[in-house]
Amino acid sequence: MHSSSAFSESPAVRWTLIAIAIGFLALFLVLPLIAVFAEALRRGIGMFLEAFAEPDTQAAIRLTLLVSAIAVPLNLVFGLAAAWAIAKFEFPGKSLLITLIDLPFSVSPVVSGLVYVLLFGAKGVLGPTLDDWDFKIIFAVPGIVLATIFVTFPFIARELIPLMQEQGTAEEEAALTLGASGFRTFLTVTLPNVRWALLYGVLLCNARAMGEFGAVSVVSGHIRGLTNTMPLHVEILYNEYNFVAAFAVASLLAALAFVTLGAKSFLEWRHGDALAATRRH
Amino acid sequence: MSVAVARGWTPTLRKPSALPGFGLTFGFAVTYLSLIVLIPLAVLVWRASGIGLEGIWHVATTPRVLAALQVSFFTSAAAALINAVFGVIVAWVLVRYDFPGKRLIDAAVDLPFALPTAVAGIALAALYATNGWIGSLFAPWGIKIAFTPYGILIALVFIGLPFVVRTVQPVLEDFDREVEEASATLGATRAQTIFRVILPALSPAILTGVAMAFARAVGEYGSVIFIAGNMPFVSEIAPLLIVTRLEEFDYSGAAAIATIMLAISFVALLVINGVQAYSRRRFGDA
Repeated sequence: MHSSSAFSESPAVRWTLIAIAIGFLALFLVLPLIAVFAEALRRGIGMFLEAFAEPDTQAAIRLTLLVSAIAVPLNLVFGLAAAWAIAKFEFPGKSLLITLIDLPFSVSPVVSGLVYVLLFGAKGVLGPTLDDWDFKIIFAVPGIVLATIFVTFPFIARELIPLMQEQGTAEEEAALTLGASGFRTFLTVTLPNVRWALLYGVLLCNARAMGEFGAVSVVSGHIRGLTNTMPLHVEILYNEYNFVAAFAVASLLAALAFVTLGAKSFLEWRHGDALAATRRH
Repeated sequence: MSVAVARGWTPTLRKPSALPGFGLTFGFAVTYLSLIVLIPLAVLVWRASGIGLEGIWHVATTPRVLAALQVSFFTSAAAALINAVFGVIVAWVLVRYDFPGKRLIDAAVDLPFALPTAVAGIALAALYATNGWIGSLFAPWGIKIAFTPYGILIALVFIGLPFVVRTVQPVLEDFDREVEEASATLGATRAQTIFRVILPALSPAILTGVAMAFARAVGEYGSVIFIAGNMPFVSEIAPLLIVTRLEEFDYSGAAAIATIMLAISFVALLVINGVQAYSRRRFGDA
């Protein structure tokens, strides 16, 4: 390496930049995280655990698990189908389709919830029809599921599409030539090739599904014990000045974020070459 | 990349392939996309068009909506600019320098993507309130951060933090070091090389990251409402006003504000695509 100052920064500049970067990240990332756990444990571990004994909190945890257990598999099936069609075939309008799949990322969460209220709400397009059938979507669990599917829509597809495009069709063609059925080819050739990217997409999709606030808040109606997901329950507790309980539930969501980030980094580090090119470090 | 071009009319409109399942997977994907995303968004635009372009303009220019749009726009722009400066420094440090804990810091950058916005919101509100760890440092000087527009700015910096870092990082990793060496050999100082050789090459990535951070910030709701104070005309953001309109059952008003916000994110998306197209022409596939 050159040591001359024209080729690299002086040690003073170097360490100043490192200090600025670490200071900025500590201030904006680490401190809020510490605050969550500090506030949750402020009155001791007993009060912290008491928050989880509350039936409404348990109902919120169950609802969050239920919503993500429906939304993630549906988006997984969609991601696989969309990636198969887009990566393995050539057809006009392909780039438009890719753009449309990414669309939910550029829509405000609040708008993502709003569209379903306009469609299924009491004064919405299909509101009267649903009323006749006595079926509730808005201010009920189906609306929460729909809004969650919307905001997490692109996560799995966008991990699979670029990877499967890179992988091409040669291996599948070989399997077909050797007599495997189309479905068997998919199960034994394509799926193993994309499994780490699939897991990566599921991780991100699940984190967002469990943590979504804005979109779900619009369609939920905030009925305690019935339509409150964990993030919404955090809001209710916080607004009731029940800070310890609010931060206790929040710390559970923060732990989920930790696990997600840890698993994500592990996949990037250990299986980077089996992920979409943008994920390789 | 592989943009399909239909060379003349072919019966199936797609190139023949040995692989099966196109009809099934394409049909399912398009149906699901239409049901979940396209039709609901079309209903929104249709609902807003019910009051006409004049109606939307009327809604947009009522003082409270205009104020909320301004608050959203300016705080988002300021947050994106702050993230531009610090995001480039973080990306630079992560790519170019070695120091203990680097891998951990690299992973931590994605925290705002993983941490639920409501959690970030209450944590930031607790930190920056006048009795919080950071807020109490400023309170003696008469500076309030939480429950003012500065609070919104803090939340939006948090939310947008990964975008610039993650768009600049890969470009910097691929940057040809020989270009820097040539610049140095030709007599440029290190500062000249950085500001006149490296930063211009990074600028499309920086712009893309800034536009993405801005688009995300304009629509952000969860992390902002806890720290904003939500005072009409002062610290009320546009997404919150949509929620307020919905609670009043003013569906048309909500749809109108939402359509304006969709237009803003659409413009941001166009800027991103434009910048990327420009940089592909100018700098190759970056």
